[in-house]
Amino acid sequence: MLIPASEVLVAELPVERESHLGSALQFFFYDTPKVLLLLTGIVFVMGMINSYFTPERTRAFLSGKSEGFANVLAASLGIVTPFCSCSAIPLFIGFVQAGVPLGVTFSFLISAPMVNEVALTLLFAMFGWKVAGLYLVLGLSVAIVSGWIIGRLHMEMYLEDWVRNMPQVQATVNENVVSLNERLDSGFDSVREIVGKVWIYILAGIAIGAGIHGYVPEDFMASFMGKDVWWAVPLAVIAGIPMYTNAAGVIPIVQALLAKGAALGTVLAFMMSVIGLSLPEMVILRKVLKIRLIATFVSVVACGILIVGYVFNAVL
Amino acid sequence: MKNIKVLGTGCANCKTTVKLIEDVAKANNVEISLKKIEDIQQIMTFNVMSTPAVVVDEKVVHAGGIPSREKIESWFNA
Repeated sequence: MLIPASEVLVAELPVERESHLGSALQFFFYDTPKVLLLLTGIVFVMGMINSYFTPERTRAFLSGKSEGFANVLAASLGIVTPFCSCSAIPLFIGFVQAGVPLGVTFSFLISAPMVNEVALTLLFAMFGWKVAGLYLVLGLSVAIVSGWIIGRLHMEMYLEDWVRNMPQVQATVNENVVSLNERLDSGFDSVREIVGKVWIYILAGIAIGAGIHGYVPEDFMASFMGKDVWWAVPLAVIAGIPMYTNAAGVIPIVQALLAKGAALGTVLAFMMSVIGLSLPEMVILRKVLKIRLIATFVSVVACGILIVGYVFNAVL
Repeated sequence: MKNIKVLGTGCANCKTTVKLIEDVAKANNVEISLKKIEDIQQIMTFNVMSTPAVVVDEKVVHAGGIPSREKIESWFNA
């Protein structure tokens, strides 16, 4: 239904349908509503689902579970538990205080921003289910394995002293009864908050995609970000660390790089690094972690992403 | 007079919450004492796991996200 609509729109404009501009516009008019509709739907449903997985409930769920399995659980819960980077610290302390092991806490903290419904929906809508699926599986793997390694390193003493001295708390959940209406409300709220914030990045991403669709020859990036360039992946990861944006903000860049022939593994490594590792987040975490633990966290996750990048490039 | 504290490390949502509470109080002619707590150690003494959180008369009444207008009014009337 969207394809004819976009054709009609382009036909109304004073451009040739067969020209570069015409085909770019058709692509833009078709892709924009498609991506935005899909995102709105998913964000709405996730907003409702999110209301079941409050941080308190997730914490109660994780405390007392044995490591290993708990890492898997924590990373998976990271997808559905609502999370904003400004809540990272209270969440971190809340988990540790309730006796959730440090490594498990990290699994959650790595997965929550990196693997989320916005990132997955956008990857699916713009690059297909294979890319989205691989991102999901590999993102979770990075979170699970990194958290597990950090747990094995037993770095509890590198928490700031005041955090270690906080009284232990029981992980309890106030069972507030949430009515269906309230869940619907929270769905609408998420749509307003998330779609209201990210639509501009999505437009930019699609516009770039449309522009390339119509004009730029492919393989432009292939010479320096292609599969055969071994140093491209580490470079992408390192370049991503100081950059910080949410999943939607990085999509235009991903779109541009991919369309010009950069290798998928390299680009996804870049995306994970931008979202998962960020300088501002380190600064915030410094309030509760000593430098050594932060450095360990960054190196372990960066290595994980590096491996993901190489695996992707090798497989595809 | 209601004693209200907003707990948050200074993100945009926290600022919006402070402003909203001020607005609603003014609109309803309620006198409040509003404090913003940004120090993470102090925030953690309230046992909240998501911010912004709102404390009314030393009781946590809200956590995680901007509260709705109706919710804020209900604190004033309690």
